[in-house]
Amino acid sequence: MTLLPTGRARIDELRMVGITKRFPGVLANDGVDFDVRAGEIHALLGENGAGKSTLMRQLYGLYKPDAGEIRLNGAARRFNSPSDAIHAGIGMIHQHFMLVPALTVAENVALGLASSRGPLLDLDRVSKRIEELGERYHLKVQPDAQVWQLSVGEQQRVEILKALYRGAALLALDEPTAVLTPQEVGEFFKVLRRMAEDGHALIFISHKLHEVIDISHRVTVMRDGKVVATHPTAGSTRERLAGEMVGRPILLEYDKPPVPAAAANEVPRLEVEDLHVRGDRGRDALRGVSLSIRSGEILGIAGVSGNGQRELAEALTGLRRVTRGRVRVNGRDLTHATPQQRIAAGQSAIPEERMKDGVVRDFSVSENLILQDHGHAPYSRAGFLNTRAITRDCAALVKDYSVKTPALETPTKNLSGGNIQKLILARELARKPTLLICAQPTRGVDIGASEYIHQRLLEQRQRGMATLLISEDLDELMALSDRIAVMYEGRLMAVLDRADATPAKLGLLMAGVAA
Amino acid sequence: MQRAKVLFERSLSALTPFLAVLLALAVGAIMLFALKVDPITAYGALIEGAFGSPFALAQVLVKATPLLLVGLGICIAFRGGVINIGGEGQIIVGALATAAFTLALPQAPAIVLLVGGMLCGMLAGGIWGGIAGALKARFGVNEILTTIMMNAIAAQLANFLLRGPMIDPIEVKNGTMLAQSARLPELSWLPKLVPQTLLHAGAIVAVIMAVVVYILLWRTVLGYRIRAVGLNAEAARFAGIRVPVYQALALLLSGVMAGLAGSVEVLGVSHRMMDGVSGGYGFSGIVAALFGKLHPLGAIPASALFGSLLVGADKMQRAVQVPSALIDALNGLVVLFVVSSDILVRRRAQRRKAAERKS
Ligand SMILES: Nc1ncnc2c1ncn2[C@@H]1O[C@H](COP(=O)(O)OP(=O)(O)O)[C@@H](O)[C@H]1O
Ligand SMILES: [Mg+2]
Repeated sequence: MTLLPTGRARIDELRMVGITKRFPGVLANDGVDFDVRAGEIHALLGENGAGKSTLMRQLYGLYKPDAGEIRLNGAARRFNSPSDAIHAGIGMIHQHFMLVPALTVAENVALGLASSRGPLLDLDRVSKRIEELGERYHLKVQPDAQVWQLSVGEQQRVEILKALYRGAALLALDEPTAVLTPQEVGEFFKVLRRMAEDGHALIFISHKLHEVIDISHRVTVMRDGKVVATHPTAGSTRERLAGEMVGRPILLEYDKPPVPAAAANEVPRLEVEDLHVRGDRGRDALRGVSLSIRSGEILGIAGVSGNGQRELAEALTGLRRVTRGRVRVNGRDLTHATPQQRIAAGQSAIPEERMKDGVVRDFSVSENLILQDHGHAPYSRAGFLNTRAITRDCAALVKDYSVKTPALETPTKNLSGGNIQKLILARELARKPTLLICAQPTRGVDIGASEYIHQRLLEQRQRGMATLLISEDLDELMALSDRIAVMYEGRLMAVLDRADATPAKLGLLMAGVAA
Repeated sequence: MQRAKVLFERSLSALTPFLAVLLALAVGAIMLFALKVDPITAYGALIEGAFGSPFALAQVLVKATPLLLVGLGICIAFRGGVINIGGEGQIIVGALATAAFTLALPQAPAIVLLVGGMLCGMLAGGIWGGIAGALKARFGVNEILTTIMMNAIAAQLANFLLRGPMIDPIEVKNGTMLAQSARLPELSWLPKLVPQTLLHAGAIVAVIMAVVVYILLWRTVLGYRIRAVGLNAEAARFAGIRVPVYQALALLLSGVMAGLAGSVEVLGVSHRMMDGVSGGYGFSGIVAALFGKLHPLGAIPASALFGSLLVGADKMQRAVQVPSALIDALNGLVVLFVVSSDILVRRRAQRRKAAERKS
């Protein structure tokens, strides 16, 4: 028996065979075969609702399979509870952390474990072990720090330490990167590689294609509860994986004609000069941002979140006071304009937090579609809503933008994230805006819906709309933008032409290193 | 299984107000026991008192009328995400304005007196609610505090007017100096719906207003904005709706409805302005609204039910000779149980949703 550096026996092979799990109305797993070996990082890829978490929960003893078998090193095993799974050397990192905020790191790691010395916890020994493990796997955390003081990335390290401390030889990580910044993802991947080199078996769940390509040795794609493909990662492209995930060919690079050369007297759609804005904590969140966007152009804003992108969007939509500088839309000064003045000036916006700022959760689909335009004809006359016109136009919008909803009266909160985003898009683009302030348009949205949203944005670009596209998704920025600006600590580090913007260059700029 | 559970949850949420009332009555039974009164006799008297005769029924509807009007105002405020605790004050100023108007035009035709009187009451109540609204919109002052303070101001204003400028000359002549206005001209009285009872046309006014408020909230731009602001102020702001303005308007309209309740009380019941005209409706109207699930049409049966409770409890007190403080306590219990059951149901719903989202 081979031992891991942690002193535990390796899991040479885990095999799940014909796993089937049914929930009321959903076949969440349908005859799923899946396996992972020691030293391997096996990615499990699929859209939301494909059944990835369900599969892992059965491995961890949280659900019992309706049919199928789990084999550990060739022997069939049955896990009735997580503690069975932990005993067998299986660890799981949930998307929502399971830590006690008021306890220290060491206490959290030791939580629920029988102490080697009777009833009293030997925290010193735990701390020492945490430091050893942290050293080996680049998981630096202070054992005596309290969990509530830690950043999200650090908390995740604690979760991994906890699993390693308990002797996990196989680790299932359910969307671990969803909560991390791109920088943290890089660090995190080092940890995973090191663990794999040591002979751990790792299952990495994600729906981000480039991460899967980056980190995994093999990839299994799931769709609607079934496995649609398992193959080595090397040699598979993002397009191929995306196509397998969605079940139809998906475009990730778009053909788009170049922006026509500027006419001599052309007025930019958006001009921002030396913009200063305070953040929530009173410090300057924007410190002199200047940019300009022409008709038919998409300017992407890249940057690690928290460098002023949110404040920029809020300032440009009239939600945050500008302390210095100037904003002109189509040549008109709108520096201090209210949201309604901007809407009247032909500006639309897609907010970063769509459930908070984009829709009224308890409003129906049609009520949300008229959120800005209910005040004038044809949706209202003399102060009364014109239900017939509303129903007619909303039905058309829902159809045009393929918003999947049972009815126009359905409460918006019942729709999926992608469909809510399409609803917002329909509302904002139907007005034929000349300028769109667009923040994180596809965050948490399925690939299929993302592609659709991108196509719609490009269509409007063709029509001449200028777009400010704020995104943390570099792939999205590179696919859509004509130019990309990088924000760092409230300033623009540089504005690159799309052709010059390589991920490496952007990455450096995002870290504040001037090119 | 799943469907049965959903059905169970739904009916539970619709039934909670009733369960809450039953629970309040059960606690009341313990108090009656402590007072050595047989609860069955007492509650028998309560039911008899509310439903035992046409007079009793008419009395119930008379009480339900101001409850409904105040409750409608509460619906508007809650839908707009603001809280109006100022019903009492708004009723008082509404009643004062109505009385002042009709007393100033003793010769006017009935239609002028009735319509003008009610409009004055609505205007006064609207101003009272609107002040709290404006303070919130302009300076961000908490509307719970201001509406409560406006109650005190209204009470003092009534005190001053009814002992000074508006006092009934007869009271001065007799030297009794009771704080009440002169009797309103008879033409201004709301007509009786059923002769020999107290039931007056105000009940019809209230039901019409329920429909009006329904249309306002769901069929007009104003109502749409009030609801948008109440449900998600951030999204409303993002969409260009001026949130403070619509919060203020919700408070103002809430005051209009309570002011109208004051008008209807003086025009239909007391026929003069006097102390105690608000009769606690400003508070019990909140319960009636919650009882009706904050829906203007739901408020109709809810206020009738709550009205019957008020009337029945009153009769019970006289029938079984318990201290009147017990009736106050009983009403308080009902308020407490209904409001907290409402909060409980909402929390449950929230937690269920949170649980669904996590899985
Ligand atoms: N506890 C549950 N009860 C009912 N349905 C569930 C439960 N957990 C998951 N599902 C359903 O099973 C399907 C697969 O879900 P899940 O495994 O969470 O997908 P993924 O992790 O790939 O996004 C979804 O349709 C989901 O709604
Ligand atoms: Mg999942």
